[in-house]
Amino acid sequence: MDTINLKIDNKPVVVKKGTTILEAASGIGIDIPTLCHMKLDDMNIENKPGGCRICVVEVNGRRNLAPACCTEANDGMEINTHSMRVINARRTVMELILSDHPFDCLICAKSGNCELQDMAHKLGIREIRYQGEQSTYREDTSPAIIRDVDKCIMCRRCETMCNEVQTVGVLSAINRGFQSVVSPAFEMNLDHSVCTYCGQCVAVCPTGALTEVDETGKVVRALSDPAKTVIVQTAPAVRAALGEEFGMEAGTLVTGKLVAALRRLGFDHVFDTDFAADLTIMEEGTELLNRLGKFLEGDKDVKLPILTSCCPAWVKFFEHQFPEMKDIPSSARSPQQMFGAIAKTYFADKLEIKREDMVVVSIMPCVAKKYECSRDEFKTNGNPDVDLVLTTRELAALIKLSNIDFKTLPSEDFDHPLGESTGAGVIFGTTGGVIEAAVRTAYEIHTKKKLPKLDFDELRGMEGIREATIDFNGLPIRIGIAHGLGNARKLLEDIQAGKSEFHAIEIMSCPGGCIGGGGQPYHHGNASILKKRQMALYTEDKNKTIRKSHENPYILKLYDEFLGKPMSEKAHHLLHTAYFDRT
Amino acid sequence: MTDYKMHLLICGGTGCKASESDEIKNRLNHYIEEFDLGDEVQVVTTGCFGFCEKGPIIKVLPDNTFYVQVAPADAEEIIKEHIVKGRPVGRLLYTDPNSAKHVSDSKGMDFYKKQIRIALKNCGFINPENIDEYIARDGYQALGKCLTEMSREEVIKEIKDSGLRGRGGGGFPTGLKWEITKNVENDQKYVVCNADEGDPGAFMDRSILEGDPHSVLEAMAICGYCIGADSGLIYIRAEYPLAIQRLKVAIKQAEEYGLIGNDILGTGFNFKLELRYGAGAFVCGEETALIHSMEGLRGEPTFKPPFPSVSGYMGKPTNVNNVETFANVPVIINKGAKWFSSIGTEKSKGTKVFALAGKINNVGLIEVPMGTTLREVIYDIGGGIKGGKEFKSVQTGGPSGGCLTKKHLDIPIDYDNLIAAGSMMGSGGMIVMDEDDCMVSIAKFYLDFTLEESCGKCTPCRVGNKRLHEILDKITEGKGEMEDINKLKELSWVIKDTALCGLGQTSPNPVLSTIANFENEYLAHVQEGKCPAGQCKSLLRYDIVEDLCTGCTLCFRNCPVGAITGERRQAHYIDQSLCIKCGACFEKCKFNAITLT
Repeated sequence: MDTINLKIDNKPVVVKKGTTILEAASGIGIDIPTLCHMKLDDMNIENKPGGCRICVVEVNGRRNLAPACCTEANDGMEINTHSMRVINARRTVMELILSDHPFDCLICAKSGNCELQDMAHKLGIREIRYQGEQSTYREDTSPAIIRDVDKCIMCRRCETMCNEVQTVGVLSAINRGFQSVVSPAFEMNLDHSVCTYCGQCVAVCPTGALTEVDETGKVVRALSDPAKTVIVQTAPAVRAALGEEFGMEAGTLVTGKLVAALRRLGFDHVFDTDFAADLTIMEEGTELLNRLGKFLEGDKDVKLPILTSCCPAWVKFFEHQFPEMKDIPSSARSPQQMFGAIAKTYFADKLEIKREDMVVVSIMPCVAKKYECSRDEFKTNGNPDVDLVLTTRELAALIKLSNIDFKTLPSEDFDHPLGESTGAGVIFGTTGGVIEAAVRTAYEIHTKKKLPKLDFDELRGMEGIREATIDFNGLPIRIGIAHGLGNARKLLEDIQAGKSEFHAIEIMSCPGGCIGGGGQPYHHGNASILKKRQMALYTEDKNKTIRKSHENPYILKLYDEFLGKPMSEKAHHLLHTAYFDRT
Repeated sequence: MTDYKMHLLICGGTGCKASESDEIKNRLNHYIEEFDLGDEVQVVTTGCFGFCEKGPIIKVLPDNTFYVQVAPADAEEIIKEHIVKGRPVGRLLYTDPNSAKHVSDSKGMDFYKKQIRIALKNCGFINPENIDEYIARDGYQALGKCLTEMSREEVIKEIKDSGLRGRGGGGFPTGLKWEITKNVENDQKYVVCNADEGDPGAFMDRSILEGDPHSVLEAMAICGYCIGADSGLIYIRAEYPLAIQRLKVAIKQAEEYGLIGNDILGTGFNFKLELRYGAGAFVCGEETALIHSMEGLRGEPTFKPPFPSVSGYMGKPTNVNNVETFANVPVIINKGAKWFSSIGTEKSKGTKVFALAGKINNVGLIEVPMGTTLREVIYDIGGGIKGGKEFKSVQTGGPSGGCLTKKHLDIPIDYDNLIAAGSMMGSGGMIVMDEDDCMVSIAKFYLDFTLEESCGKCTPCRVGNKRLHEILDKITEGKGEMEDINKLKELSWVIKDTALCGLGQTSPNPVLSTIANFENEYLAHVQEGKCPAGQCKSLLRYDIVEDLCTGCTLCFRNCPVGAITGERRQAHYIDQSLCIKCGACFEKCKFNAITLT
């Protein structure tokens, strides 16, 4: 392997050929500040347009300063990362960025979590010498994401996520010069575009230019209304990330504290979306086995592979991009929507209240869930099955607002009956988890045998596209997994071309699955956080006494008392849905 | 051209076309028919003659009579008098401004005397839409020579030895660029011609493509042979419709002759050519932005390295040269590197085409040997300053260049001297300014352009130039402070030091060079609130001289904003806080009672 010798700040360094100055410096503990640059290690995601010019350094013999993030280290280079010339340039560039940025930090959604704010602090900016006109744009509000691009600093991270990672292609730079900004084409509103609301743009935006629609206020109003019964469900990935907002190590499981906090916030019933995840497995697993059965009987019309349908951004993606394939995904609703449908029928009946008097709040790692609950097919007489969705971040803010000392909360249990779940429901929060949960149930139903081992290591990991064959007692079931919509697109194109040999495919829009959702605490480019969250979910699964959805006693009771059996008419009505051509 | 006794060459460049050269041609043909001369006289539309100031131009061969500023109504007289009776039309001849005598042959005109035409050698001589005329003037001979007599290495050596440097502005040695691209291993490579000419006032490349498109096609094929590319792309802005049309015709004709396409001249060498249209973004002249634009992406630059030679169009090795650079290549091959390198200065060989514009008598397109002084260009070729005014500055290098002064007039023009003087060669725009031009406003004008044309990708260019522009605006509004001049300099240096591409790195040059060479003008604006050139409206002051005012009320009645008050037959008064400096009172006053300071 070719190596290169260079000197950074007078320290000799040896690096591999192709290493950037930034990487070389970081290897010996020299911190070159960066703003637009973002690299998610092991996930093949990198944004380095070399646009912000904060990371410039002095290279001996070079006329002008070099951006460390995209300049390759060369043999014999002598680099000064913090000369006065560099510091002056860096601070001036920062002043320029700030001169075109609103000064409303006090009320900005990103305050305290803003990379621009941090950088201004780090560079010790106390005055902005070059003041002038600030660019202003129309604010764009959608059901899930708000674009306030007055705050856009053209780092282009959102563009990388939207185009290269997700291949959705909604966000790109438009206009020229001072008017340049990242926007949907023709300055279209997001809700008129093919945006899936996956929220990966929000997850990486360094400033408050892209944020989720904040519904904290509506939740507070619902909780303070004595006439309403407010129940809450929490998605699996939330418990693996919420702690980060309170200074806890990434990957700390906070399930019990989460329940305690929700109870103290005044929710009447604290339930678990994991329960609905188990229910999803019952429906989707049965659907898989039905389709498989027909296929084995020689039915040529049966649609295989079956695709999971829990992820609302993925659903919207194929409705826009592959509408001709809309009968391939499972018709099962997502766990959030199954929960809402059961809550406002089965559980409302138990409480003997009208659905209009019940408010269902979801705590989700996702911003697309805000959009999902607003879809017309998930409403009865205009009343939605799920009323309000808070992201993990919004919940953290609400807990802080309520002066709850999260770290010292005791561990409490979910309420019954919609709070009981299995390990299968928990792993829904990571890539590969839904299909693993489905395999556990489908295997046992199909083979009528107990699984010898519940951990399917072949389905786990962080590779963008994974495949595995599971032996269903002599019947090889081929499984595909994709996370990130760009990876999903590849599998879909194979299906379209008739090249796919999978029986079932799990698709999650966000890299890592829900643990990397657009509503999670900001990872600020540190991909190791996602891995730690993933590990936490597998740990929670392992610690559960029941780890297979079809063994959840409350699920069995629900079918017994209310739904009949999986795919029954009632189940079909409440737990399944249809998809639409959105082209 | 052998069958006809006489040829009337009429300029079909964009400028002369706008002055009805097509209609002149129609009428000439009409009278040729009327006098039954169709077998003896032919009218040929050519490319630009360069002397745009005096267009539309007609040149009569074989006697070389050069008619200027011809109007459609003159066609009849030219045919009747000159062609039929052999008497040149005196009133249409060029008049030498010094001797006041008619000059019939262009060789005798000062405008042409000091020019040497290499890139422009065929412009104004051949019909660009007829490949035979190009071939008749040694066209495609160089390609034939390269393909049949020379190895790739030999051709590259010839180009390297000639000393040819990129004419797009950067001045990178052309042969070296070819060699680098040749040495990168890849199955697919591309030759790209950068015809995205964008400097304000520049039209060198357009004129070459309109007047001699085959020279560029031939050179691209030679380059393809050298680097191992079978595909060429010409990136041209869509607002050059005539150049596009002529390129299309030229490509078609060259294909029909087997000079472009498969198995060229039976040598087994394949080279196809395609046009790609740009939307006229200045930044797309930067090669990485140009390549992105051709790929269907946003036209914005990316960091180099990798250079296009290694990873260019579609990620393949790509050699990008400018139009004028290519136009030099066939001549170098035909006449040899030694001949070419005998022209010019030590480090800048050959000639350079300039678009001469601004306050100069002979606006037009010129080609001079490297090393010609600015004085020769401006006074000898350009005929000096319009209206006998005093020369103040010449701007070279377009928005990336700088403003030079009297003290630079005797600098021999070449890449290195211009940079040393604080400007640059650029693609060849040359704008002359006189005593009426305000240098602060000039700097602002160029920044206006850069602001509009910046891609917005990097902070220094997107925001920094905006702030420079705002400070300049403040100064021209009379609100400048001394600190602002420092701020301009400091910010300019940081922009140069940190911007991503050549556009941003050079965008403050007009500011820095005007401060360096005309600091007094900045000081006058800031300290005295005066614009020495009288261009900055906000700094003008109109006053009524009490003794001269008769109280006729004419100014009062003409003031659009009611800034003038006064009783009839008594002296009037201008309220400075209301005055918008429109000058209406000044123009109307019959008694010279209004002063402008």
